[in-house]
Amino acid sequence: MTEDKAALASGSILVVGGGISGLTTALEAAEVGYEVFLVEKNPYLGGRVAQLNQYFPKLCPPTCGLEINFRRIKDNPLIKVFTLAEVEKVDGTPGSYNVAIKINPRYVNENCTCCGECEKVCRTEIDSEFNFGMNKVKGAYLPCEMAFPARYVIDPQIIGTDDAKQCMQACKYDAVDLDMAAKTINLNVGAIVWSTGWEPYDATKIENLCFGKYPNIVTNMMVERLASPNGPTKGKILRPSDDKEPESIAFVQCAGSRDENHLPYCSYICCMASLKQTTYIREQYPNAKIYIFYIDVRAPGQRYEKFYKKIKEDENVFMIKGKVAEVSEDPGTKNITVVAENAVTGEKVRQPVEMVVLATGMQPTTAGLKLPADLKYNADGFIINDFEKGGMFAAGCANKPADVVSSNQNATGMALKAIQTLVRR
Amino acid sequence: MDKKYGVYVCTGCGIGDALDIEGLCDVPEEEGLPVTTHPFLCGKDGIELLKKDIKEKGTNTLVIAGCSRRVNFDVFNFDGCIVDRVNLREQVVWSHPRSEYPALTEEQKDDEEHFDRLQMLAEDYLKMGMAKVEKIDLPEAFKLETLSRKILVIGGGITGISAALDAAKTGYEVTIVEKGSSLGGYASKLRKQLPLQDPYEELIPPVIDAKIKEVEANSKISVKTETIVARIAGQPGDFTVTLKKPGETTEFDVPYPLPDEMKVDENGKELDVEQLNEVYNEYNKGKQDILTLDPDGELFGAVILAAGWKPVQLEGDEFAHLGFGEIEDVVTNDQFEALAAKGKIVRPSDGKEAQTVVFVQSPGKGDDDSDFDYTGSVTSLVSLKQAKYVREDYPDGKAYVIYQHMRTPGLLENFYKSIQQDEGIFLSKGEVVTVSKNGDGLIIEADNTLLGEKIKIKADMVVLATGMVPATVDDPVVNLAYRQGPGFRDIGLFNGYVDSNFICFPYETQRTGIYAAGCIRRSMTMEESIEDATGAALKAIQCLESVNRGVSVHPRSGDMTFPDFFFQRCTQCKRCTEECPFGALDDDEKGTPKPNPTRCRRCGTCMGACPERIIGFADYNIDSVGSMVKAIGVPSEDDYDEPPFRVLCLVCENDAYPALDIAGLNRLTYSADVRFIPVRCLGSVNVIWIKDALAQGMDGVFLLGCKHGDDYQCHFVKGSELAEIRMEKIGDALSSLALEQERVAQFEIAIDEYDKLPQIINDFVEVIEGLGPNPFKGF
Repeated sequence: MTEDKAALASGSILVVGGGISGLTTALEAAEVGYEVFLVEKNPYLGGRVAQLNQYFPKLCPPTCGLEINFRRIKDNPLIKVFTLAEVEKVDGTPGSYNVAIKINPRYVNENCTCCGECEKVCRTEIDSEFNFGMNKVKGAYLPCEMAFPARYVIDPQIIGTDDAKQCMQACKYDAVDLDMAAKTINLNVGAIVWSTGWEPYDATKIENLCFGKYPNIVTNMMVERLASPNGPTKGKILRPSDDKEPESIAFVQCAGSRDENHLPYCSYICCMASLKQTTYIREQYPNAKIYIFYIDVRAPGQRYEKFYKKIKEDENVFMIKGKVAEVSEDPGTKNITVVAENAVTGEKVRQPVEMVVLATGMQPTTAGLKLPADLKYNADGFIINDFEKGGMFAAGCANKPADVVSSNQNATGMALKAIQTLVRR
Repeated sequence: MDKKYGVYVCTGCGIGDALDIEGLCDVPEEEGLPVTTHPFLCGKDGIELLKKDIKEKGTNTLVIAGCSRRVNFDVFNFDGCIVDRVNLREQVVWSHPRSEYPALTEEQKDDEEHFDRLQMLAEDYLKMGMAKVEKIDLPEAFKLETLSRKILVIGGGITGISAALDAAKTGYEVTIVEKGSSLGGYASKLRKQLPLQDPYEELIPPVIDAKIKEVEANSKISVKTETIVARIAGQPGDFTVTLKKPGETTEFDVPYPLPDEMKVDENGKELDVEQLNEVYNEYNKGKQDILTLDPDGELFGAVILAAGWKPVQLEGDEFAHLGFGEIEDVVTNDQFEALAAKGKIVRPSDGKEAQTVVFVQSPGKGDDDSDFDYTGSVTSLVSLKQAKYVREDYPDGKAYVIYQHMRTPGLLENFYKSIQQDEGIFLSKGEVVTVSKNGDGLIIEADNTLLGEKIKIKADMVVLATGMVPATVDDPVVNLAYRQGPGFRDIGLFNGYVDSNFICFPYETQRTGIYAAGCIRRSMTMEESIEDATGAALKAIQCLESVNRGVSVHPRSGDMTFPDFFFQRCTQCKRCTEECPFGALDDDEKGTPKPNPTRCRRCGTCMGACPERIIGFADYNIDSVGSMVKAIGVPSEDDYDEPPFRVLCLVCENDAYPALDIAGLNRLTYSADVRFIPVRCLGSVNVIWIKDALAQGMDGVFLLGCKHGDDYQCHFVKGSELAEIRMEKIGDALSSLALEQERVAQFEIAIDEYDKLPQIINDFVEVIEGLGPNPFKGF
């Protein structure tokens, strides 16, 4: 039988955002047989999940699925990936959009072999954004170990310095190109899927929880990095003030979420994330006391409930129904006292702990930065899908807060919605 | 193809500094193969060189020694050429620094005392790559003779209808089969439904009628009501489906595999093939065998399973404290919905207005704060919805929702907040202790509530937020004519839901071409079900188009190879049929396997299972890996006074191999006496490779692969688990050869545990060193 392409329409799809949702949409569409352009603003693919240590409830590393997805990209010539790229302008209607994409300079070209010589000679150190500033990286760095594409980046901060020149000279492969400039490319696509994802809510805005003021208050995303074997502490969960192994830890749920002053909605993942993080702590510290202050434990469904049940069996995990109202630091020990009202007993709970984790929620990237396209947003900045109009769709957490499973379901579906736009042409 | 070989050695990235490149080049030269070195093979210059050889010299079989195959995949990809990448960088020079493995001095080179471990490692890998390309071929895609692009949707509820509409809108023909007398499913039994979009605040009228109209108006969709699936035979792209009326018996009802207890005689002895066949035929009397295709069957290419759920049937006295089964006015959410859909809410016992209703979210016994079984956020939301019904019907009505955890995640928090605004709805955490009769009404006692420690509520009715049981809990539904059985395997892990075990790949199951959506996967709201349906429709279409191109679907998407069987030597042991995680093989009455290539995911588990070694892929087979094993040099006392040990590791290419690469990137070091061979999955490891390795004098063999168990990380579901079972068996064989069982082992490693690799590897080598050299060495 000869290959029959009758069922396929013509046209290509642009996917904006290379996190797990964008990767899913791009791959699922390309594996049907469509050309896909995947645009990512970071120098690597993987987005938020690349920063996670493990997924709940399986406790498996996200890099496992990412590796498969990267291999799928490698094996599929229909997908073209642009990193360090942002959409500048979108014109047109469903079926035909003209898109301008700005590609920022990486200062490292395709000659890069990841040999690491540039990193060795570079003296400037910058805060690691990937690790939420908990450690430094060199001005020439590989974004993360499993980075895809596996290629170094020269940070714009060292451009023009002697250090940058040293990096260039150290490279035996002419891979460092300090004259690289931003460029804009134009694409014509039939459909666009926005999978622009989310940002951790800025915890410094929750003033009563004193993040940024007391060093031993960290966010849940920071804990993911602390627990990761490739994180700033090589996987050891240590409290920031003195690198002590914490003996007691409090989780403050709904840090910003379900709060009219911050994020009025529920961020979907933080309850399960904290339950998951108790397993990180328990694995390292068999006797640590863990206090979880919550409004509701949102562990819905058979699978999540099972996970929650298992955590509850741990006699050193204490579940306290009550929203944390304030925190204070003992200046001597740098320990934190968490104050909450137990909603059931009505009594005021004052719990001193060595470390506090704020279960901060997710805010759509589009809450701050609006996209250069004709899209509708809800009050919180999530993109509202207009299936009647078609052509452009939001997938994953650009559309609503969701866990990875739901994001991937949604992102798979949005690949089909995009394809339908092409077919309708 | 007529192979013309070329060996290319890149000396960049420290390879040239660490290795004796001349000595390395002697390896192919001794075999008469042309070899070229280049300082930067992946650069423009290097690629030009390769392209020139391909064009001018007709080179079509390339061994490229340099970096890992995980990088520079695009630049070293040449159409029509066989390419093997020899990993000299991550797995040789980066992980074995000269500071630890010094090069030999001129004097040392000729004595029998010293040897260069690192050089040996590199030379072995090069030999292995050369041996491999000799034994592999370019794949040719498998094409079905006929391809059906029609999609079968099982279930005509909101999920099935949504999936059908989405597939039809994309241009595909769809048939919906619905066992009831009309479309709509549970969605058509509701008074109102939860909001589907922003701002997610108000209940909306059911959308199902509009959707049904859309289906009726779509010429690409045909609907068969009062119809169920008798059997689905064949494979993706070419399923022959027999449909029937519910309750009907036909000769094409799917036969069931024999239960284990029927596979033995009265003395517990296993029946032979003929006896088994006889018992099987008796057991399935009146049914055609799975290999007999229904001449009147309809052809479909892919299936979407949207058979939904049924309300849980509460049994026994587990919920006696809630009055359920004793008191007529204690009902489930499902019964309450039926009442509400009929009209004003009245008490079942006497038809009196139910003005005060208590909704119980969790059964609440002791410390257990769980919801009812088979629930989810949807059941929390439904309680809120139903509380609203009470308020709609009665201006002075009161609804109490007693919950342990109000589960209204994401933007549906908005709905919860809008309910909180209703002054007639009281929401509180609490444990419902008892529900009892109070005159003609009810009294509900709750403990630990937000309204006080112990409260009593007088009410007309109590509604329990009970669960939604997937249709697959006690019925295969899909009735697959597969030798492994008619349903999805191992769904007990998910309490009967046809869910995927993969967080990243929610549609992947053990049955290729059949994609589940909606409440058969998980309890879902209608919004989630509609979205899920779209995803399943995409997967069904993708499967069809992949079959059309002759390539595999996930996770080896795009792979053109498929297992080839040399049937003349098949001994009908059935292992391949039984062990395939995807049920791709059906054996006939003699036990000879019938491959169904489009069900296959190309993991090679069949190849690993086959004791006769008659299964292989064009580019991955018993001979290709076996030849790599044989290419490994095993120095003996004839060569050196104290020859180094040799250990083979068969490593899963999906997780463990990348972990090795990352270990190399981090310059973690480990023994240079181990030789790694990547395998598609540990399930594909045939024990012959291990036996061969030991027979040629290698001192130990270990397997490195994914975690198994309930939370398995194996991308092919069962590979690492099956490998472990085979390793246990090989232990017995070793002891019969007077070899210690400890010489063979298997270790689990997750992709991010690269930091643990050096210890795992070195510890094993140490164990082997402790055992001493393999006595077969040198023979």
